[in-house]
Amino acid sequence: MRQHLALFIVASLAVFASVLMRAQVLPWNNAGLSGPPTGPSAPAPRRDLSGTWDAGNAGIQPTGHIAAPFTAQGEQMAKANHPGNGTRLVSVADDNDPLSTMGDPTGFPRIIMYELRPFQIVQTSNQVLILYMFEKRWRVIWTDGRALPTNPDPRWYGYSVGRWVDDTTLVVNTVGTDDRTWLDNAGNPHSNSLRVEERYHRVNQRTMELTVTLDDPVVYTKPWTAVEKLQINLMPNGSDLMEMIPSASEAAAYRRVIASQAKTK
Amino acid sequence: MRKMIIATLGLLLVSVPLAAHHGAAALDTGKEITLKGTVTEWIWSNPHCFLQFDAKDDTGTVRNWAVETQNPTAMTQRGWSRTSFKAGDEVTVILEPVKNSQPIGRLLTVVLPNGQKLIAAPPTVPATAP
Repeated sequence: MRQHLALFIVASLAVFASVLMRAQVLPWNNAGLSGPPTGPSAPAPRRDLSGTWDAGNAGIQPTGHIAAPFTAQGEQMAKANHPGNGTRLVSVADDNDPLSTMGDPTGFPRIIMYELRPFQIVQTSNQVLILYMFEKRWRVIWTDGRALPTNPDPRWYGYSVGRWVDDTTLVVNTVGTDDRTWLDNAGNPHSNSLRVEERYHRVNQRTMELTVTLDDPVVYTKPWTAVEKLQINLMPNGSDLMEMIPSASEAAAYRRVIASQAKTK
Repeated sequence: MRKMIIATLGLLLVSVPLAAHHGAAALDTGKEITLKGTVTEWIWSNPHCFLQFDAKDDTGTVRNWAVETQNPTAMTQRGWSRTSFKAGDEVTVILEPVKNSQPIGRLLTVVLPNGQKLIAAPPTVPATAP
């Protein structure tokens, strides 16, 4: 009986602490939600994704995503990438990840393929703005009906347009990304011909799902869905986010103090 | 009873989102070393924070160790901060070393002089990739 009581108290404490952690919003520097919300939710508002969102640990894929098979050119490009994680991982001393070793921009779509930390969405009459906690970068998604550019000058975050396909689903198409960036933490490459489709479906007031499909005929033999219905949860209104900026000087300090000493040969 | 509460809170602590930008290929996974030392620097940075401290080896020679943790965001969720350590702090460090015997590795736990434990990470699961 006494043991049951002890178990009950511990379980109650755990639930209480868990709820407290989820509900707690600091006035400054929130790192994200501690878990998915529970209980009923209001319905999704019409054509509105605004708010601050967090996919939790599911938004961060250290080992990368399963990609389509490489073309011959893709195979060669992959050989030049020496990632610190995934199926082709090398020692941290030999890692040449442009993001973590040099402080290069994460770029698109890696920002949503590996570093999907908390982000805020702001909507205007002709744009959807996504403000990422990671790198403190933003993307502009034009919703004014303009066409994607043909033969664009590559940009780290590409060129994006969006359209509502129903009252709760925004489809975003992106081209013109920069092939210096990796697709993910596993060193999967991409070319400037990459085309990305993101599908943001707001399930209810506090939840949306993200599906990402990639097509890069230069590097991969067929299109594939890399992220499927990733659940993303709304953070409490007023959630100030931490900075998470991988600076070049901090990357250099890490290389000098840690990585350079980790060589095995 | 006290142990159960501590265990429960510990479980909650490690259930917050994890993140790792690189794998454990350089680490001697599963091996743990416990060292008593003096903090020389605590670097609060991306992609990893790292703690530097002086500790004597078996021959009495002082070596300056550098052991990494996760990034500031992940460490904040574990209750760590930019001010968790200052130079001169006497600490006991449990770490997972690298394979090549250099004084670097991955920080698992730090015990502060007042007995408070700061938990950085569970031991690494041995890698299956080369």
